[in-house]
Amino acid sequence: MSTAREAIFRRIRQSLGRTDRGAPPPSSWRAALESDVRPRLDREPVDNFVHKLESVSGTVQRIDSSSSLIDALAEHLDRHRLGTRLSAAEYPVLAGIEWPAEWEIHTGPARGDDRVSVTGAFAGVAETGTVVILSSPESPTTLNFLPDDHIVVLRSEQIVAHLEDVWQRLREHTPGLPRTVNLITGPSRTADVEQTIQLGAHGPRRFHVILIEA
Amino acid sequence: MQRSASAFKQQAELALRDEVLQRALAKAKGGFVDKRRLAVANLPEFETIRTAAKSLKEHTLAHLDFYLEQFEQRVVASGGQVHWAGNAQEACSAVLEILGDQPRQVLKGKSMVSEEISLNAALEAVGHTIVETDLGEYIIQLAKERPSHIIAPAVHKTRDQITDLFHAEHVKYGYTERVTEVKAIVDEARAVLREKFLNADVGITGANFLIAETGSTVIVTNEGNGDLSQILPRVHIVTASIEKVVPTLDDMATLLRLLARSATGQEMTSYNTISTGPRRESDRDGPQEFHVVIVDNGRSEMLGNEFHDMLRCIRCGACMNHCPVYSAIGGHAYGWVYPGPMGSVLTPVMIGLENARDLPTACTLNGRCAEVCPMSIPLPDMLRELRVKEHERKLTGARTRIALQAWAFAARRPMLYQTITRWFTAVLGRFGARNGRFRSLPFASGWTQARDLPAPQGATFQQQWRRHR
Amino acid sequence: MTPDPANHASPRIGLFVTCLIDLFRPSVGFAAVKLLEQAGCSVSVPRAQTCCGQPAYNNGDNQTTADIAKQIITAFESFDYVVAASGSCIGMLKKHYPVVFKDDPAWFDRANALAARSHELTGFLVDVLDRSIAGAEFADTVTYHDSCSGLRELGVKSQPRQLLAQVDGLALTEMEDSEVCCGFGGTFCVKYPKISERMVSDKSANICAAQAGCVLGGDLGCLLNIAGRLKREGHRVKVYHVAEVLAGMADRPAIGESES
Repeated sequence: MSTAREAIFRRIRQSLGRTDRGAPPPSSWRAALESDVRPRLDREPVDNFVHKLESVSGTVQRIDSSSSLIDALAEHLDRHRLGTRLSAAEYPVLAGIEWPAEWEIHTGPARGDDRVSVTGAFAGVAETGTVVILSSPESPTTLNFLPDDHIVVLRSEQIVAHLEDVWQRLREHTPGLPRTVNLITGPSRTADVEQTIQLGAHGPRRFHVILIEA
Repeated sequence: MQRSASAFKQQAELALRDEVLQRALAKAKGGFVDKRRLAVANLPEFETIRTAAKSLKEHTLAHLDFYLEQFEQRVVASGGQVHWAGNAQEACSAVLEILGDQPRQVLKGKSMVSEEISLNAALEAVGHTIVETDLGEYIIQLAKERPSHIIAPAVHKTRDQITDLFHAEHVKYGYTERVTEVKAIVDEARAVLREKFLNADVGITGANFLIAETGSTVIVTNEGNGDLSQILPRVHIVTASIEKVVPTLDDMATLLRLLARSATGQEMTSYNTISTGPRRESDRDGPQEFHVVIVDNGRSEMLGNEFHDMLRCIRCGACMNHCPVYSAIGGHAYGWVYPGPMGSVLTPVMIGLENARDLPTACTLNGRCAEVCPMSIPLPDMLRELRVKEHERKLTGARTRIALQAWAFAARRPMLYQTITRWFTAVLGRFGARNGRFRSLPFASGWTQARDLPAPQGATFQQQWRRHR
Repeated sequence: MTPDPANHASPRIGLFVTCLIDLFRPSVGFAAVKLLEQAGCSVSVPRAQTCCGQPAYNNGDNQTTADIAKQIITAFESFDYVVAASGSCIGMLKKHYPVVFKDDPAWFDRANALAARSHELTGFLVDVLDRSIAGAEFADTVTYHDSCSGLRELGVKSQPRQLLAQVDGLALTEMEDSEVCCGFGGTFCVKYPKISERMVSDKSANICAAQAGCVLGGDLGCLLNIAGRLKREGHRVKVYHVAEVLAGMADRPAIGESES
């Protein structure tokens, strides 16, 4: 369509010493890299996940059943005096939940002045303490960024060892990716003022995971 | 982007005399180095990953056309649009065309390519309003400056300067108190920018990676500004250069393991965001349009030439963090978009050696940049290659050329050389014997303005050796 | 102190003097000879050597570099080893001569053959000869500057420290940033004196903070720069080449100092 496009491809091929498209790379190229680039974990995956997330100022609350979820949430909200007005995703892990009657629960995208959001996650990554969240009608991406406090409910069986395991699960999950895949590792931070780390730059000031170990 | 790379030497000397800048640089120095060292030490697989990263990037470059086409197909299949730009002007035109005729409120996430193509100036010239949302970029936008570091754009600013800047610029939003603590500064920027985020039409981000497998663009940020910039406005535009493409998500994971550690010493940056197309039909937020502007700007010609290795660069900034010249003078002295060792290669290649002839020579070839480069880019070798071109094109100064020619004449003739050196050491040795050094010497002022010149011991080694044996 | 002529197994060394040692501090060359002879080597000094060619190479003049490199390759071809008390010059022979001749197969092979036999002095004593040094004394606290080329092109880091640990009376205290460039950089220091001044000032501050009586290093270029700056700032820290201390020859005036 565009001449710029043709010119770029022509120059690339010229530089690569070809005049046409050339054969696609052989599928064996990756095997030729050989080396395993997945770092060895120092702990069991769930413990490693918790350790890594806590080391970047994330917090983790481990509970042994989804029946204690509301209690865990209440405790966290109370500890940080966050009130009981929540913007909640409708992720499966949260779909059947019976919210206390006095809590104010919003669904849908976050608003600019939302204080707290609660979402589920697609996976946790033990390697780095990362939470993976996919955008969907039930899980709007703004929930992950606008509120001051982001709480994620994660089941321990969702924790995989490495990023590569997430990709594999994603490929099995849907053909093509959702609009947004967020890999979140701790709260928002900046070091742009004199290299001093300050949490809560534009995104959440606190990032809390409630981990259900069933 | 305004260029002043030809005035490097004057700019460097000004920077060395700028006490405020020197305080800021002193604060930054060491932090990046120590954090990276620790992060690398904590990853026993670092070298293995580094080797794999180089191979996978080389593979991608060898099939660059294939992966770019694949990327394009997948972007289109997921409902996005791809725009190709051969140079800066075409890139700006592509963005302007997407923005249309109405003046837009435009948010920007950090993008070095957008600096390279002078996008802000092009957009502002026709009435669009741009807000840089990365805190460092925001600070320098207020100060009407340009980034002095590719990952810490305001590293040259002290806290006091930021306090003054915010006070001057934020009064109009009702912030009348001076904020002096880091937390208060960050909070004020958060509040001011939050309003901008909620009222913008268009968000422009860069991309750390383009994933051919999925047609996704990926940004790596700590603040979350890049995310708010792309999920709140109606339109998301990505500006990215051609060498950002990688085959698969797995390849990105390999590079991510090097990027954060090399850049900030983190194991993983807070937010790694994979964006694929516009919002899906039933999605309740996210952009309704998704555009990727792919910029060449000289890179296709670097493929396979002597600067090819530079295309592996993942913009971590480790080279400048470890460069003693960069830490002495800061990034602005380099005079264009990219500072430090990677900039000293890229700037002459992209804007012309004749416009940046000091950059390749203002380096001691100490090799620390190559040692820490996660993509094993032989930066000193490329700087030397640029020096060869300067020599061939006679871009080196006349004094240097004449002095080197005279030296070379003698150095190729050992007997003549040894006669001259005997005389040289005898004279200097005699005059220097009393103090053991010279405070000044007429023909060596470059040396003696900064340091004494130790005196020769008196007779050359060759002379003494022949005498004794 | 000549090697035992009956000992045919003694390695024949061609000493690459280096231009700076030749001009400014021949005592470093004699220290190198002493150390090599103590280690059982037989040392010769070819006359047809001037400089390794770095001034030309680092200023982009590959033709002059090639001319000088051919001179060196020819002069040193007949020895078992080429040794110099400089990481920078040996780095040039080892890492860069082959690059200079990459398009000239005959000289490329000769350059590679030379590269394989070229060694920085402390690396040679430790890694090749596996020798300890005997009888050296130096009653002072020293700190060590790792010169960039030796460190990064040749991996010289532990070897000088290993040898210094064998010197009686010597205590090593490490300075901050010992691996950071001193700002010499050959012609860099006279082309960009202000930047170089900042770098060598930082080095000088780190040396002084280490509170050693003496700073050592393996490259005379760096040491001239460092000594010159220390003197300019009025510090009393002495500067010697590591070979002088190892050979027990650090009784003469330090770099930049006079007899008095």
